[in-house]
Amino acid sequence: MFPTAALLATRPERAAIPMLYGYLPSLLDGAWVTLRIAVFSLLLALVLGLIGASSRLSPNRLLRLPATAYTTIVRGIPDLVMMLLIFYGGQVGINVITDALGLEYVDVNPFVAGVVTLGFIFGAYFTETFRGAFMAVPAGQLEAGRAYGMSRWQVFSRILFPQMLRHALPGLGNNWQVMQKSTALVSIIGLSDITWLADQAGRTTHEPFLFYAVVCVFYLALTALSGLVFNWLERRYSVGVRRASA
Amino acid sequence: MIEWSLFTESWPAYASGLWLTLQLTALALIAGLVLAIPLAVLRVSPNRWVSGPVWAYSYFFRGTPMLVQLLLMYYGLGQFEWIQGQWDAGSRFWLIFRDPYGCALVTFALNTGAYTTEILAGALRAMPHGEIEAARACGMSRFTMLRRILLPGALRRALPAYSNEIIFMLHGTSIASTVTLIDLTGAARNAYSQFFAPFEAFIFAGLIYLAITFALVGLFRIAERRWLAHLQPRKPLRKAA
Repeated sequence: MFPTAALLATRPERAAIPMLYGYLPSLLDGAWVTLRIAVFSLLLALVLGLIGASSRLSPNRLLRLPATAYTTIVRGIPDLVMMLLIFYGGQVGINVITDALGLEYVDVNPFVAGVVTLGFIFGAYFTETFRGAFMAVPAGQLEAGRAYGMSRWQVFSRILFPQMLRHALPGLGNNWQVMQKSTALVSIIGLSDITWLADQAGRTTHEPFLFYAVVCVFYLALTALSGLVFNWLERRYSVGVRRASA
Repeated sequence: MIEWSLFTESWPAYASGLWLTLQLTALALIAGLVLAIPLAVLRVSPNRWVSGPVWAYSYFFRGTPMLVQLLLMYYGLGQFEWIQGQWDAGSRFWLIFRDPYGCALVTFALNTGAYTTEILAGALRAMPHGEIEAARACGMSRFTMLRRILLPGALRRALPAYSNEIIFMLHGTSIASTVTLIDLTGAARNAYSQFFAPFEAFIFAGLIYLAITFALVGLFRIAERRWLAHLQPRKPLRKAA
């Protein structure tokens, strides 16, 4: 028997569990990776969503068609399949390019692959959310802005965007909740996020239930926290709106 | 360039994977709906001791990734000696949790059950008060009112949200491939490692998922036209010129 294993076996259970058999720092590292993936893919998805929504609402068919194809196809395929396609397919694609240019072999970084995939997938969901929100802003508001002599940019930044955001917030909140849970999938492509590290720790200590339970607590805390933030944002952006009361 | 042998050799694996995917989706959705109907009624109860536990159940399953729930059930439960004892004793019920298929089905059912509970609870809360008053005025008991008025109305109103949940579940079952099951995604992963052709392997699977998704969306349009006809915006009457 290894000395460390013997030590673990003799260590009293009560002292071991709060420190998670010494795996607490590693799980915190994993939590930090998960958070970073979630935030970076959120930013990418927001950008893609705004671009996608503007193209879907554009009068130009050449802009509208690709955006429609993007949201329809991406939302019809499971995120895991999409992630495997981008991770493994991206590696093959990059190999072809580096071979053709005579460059050295480049490994696809799983962190980048994870962020790009999640951002790309949820960009499609954000596109639909933003599209609905843009359409919900009354046209009269924009006409009034133009009548005041505002430039197109001024109408967008002062009138269209703030009101659009109010309509988009509930949808954005939902998408974010779905998205943060999808970050667990990156453990499948070998990224050391909290789920992957918990899996490893569970195998070594033979206490998988304990470690997965810790991951659940982490995600529940994240859900609760984002709920609070989105409530605050919704209050802030619905200043001056009268709610229908029952 | 295209690895055609992947299609000619692996299509039977894809077909049986598709069958498993459809099976898991359908069984989980049925079990989840059966679970969600009584739970939704408890969830809207004004008594906190009744609605609280249902809230906790749905908060846990909606607040954590389904992948972690599945791993917790498949790899996690085996850590307890008591459960191992049940397995050794050959307990029919507990052996479900040693089988990847059983674990996946239970996890998916509990997960979709949680989302469906909230969808139905939302629809129950949105019932127009007049319908409840009318039912009371007709002298219906609470159970009769639930059976004849509240549940049929709520189930209809929940249809658009529930159709999304069905598609999420179809896509969600793809994680079954992480606990050794060969569903449609599992078949694609096997084909990928056999032929090292990621585009062919995953795009093929993706197109099949896409086709099922489109078929489901089409079915829901028909269903909504049939059961939600009374909630459609009124169409303007057009006279022939």
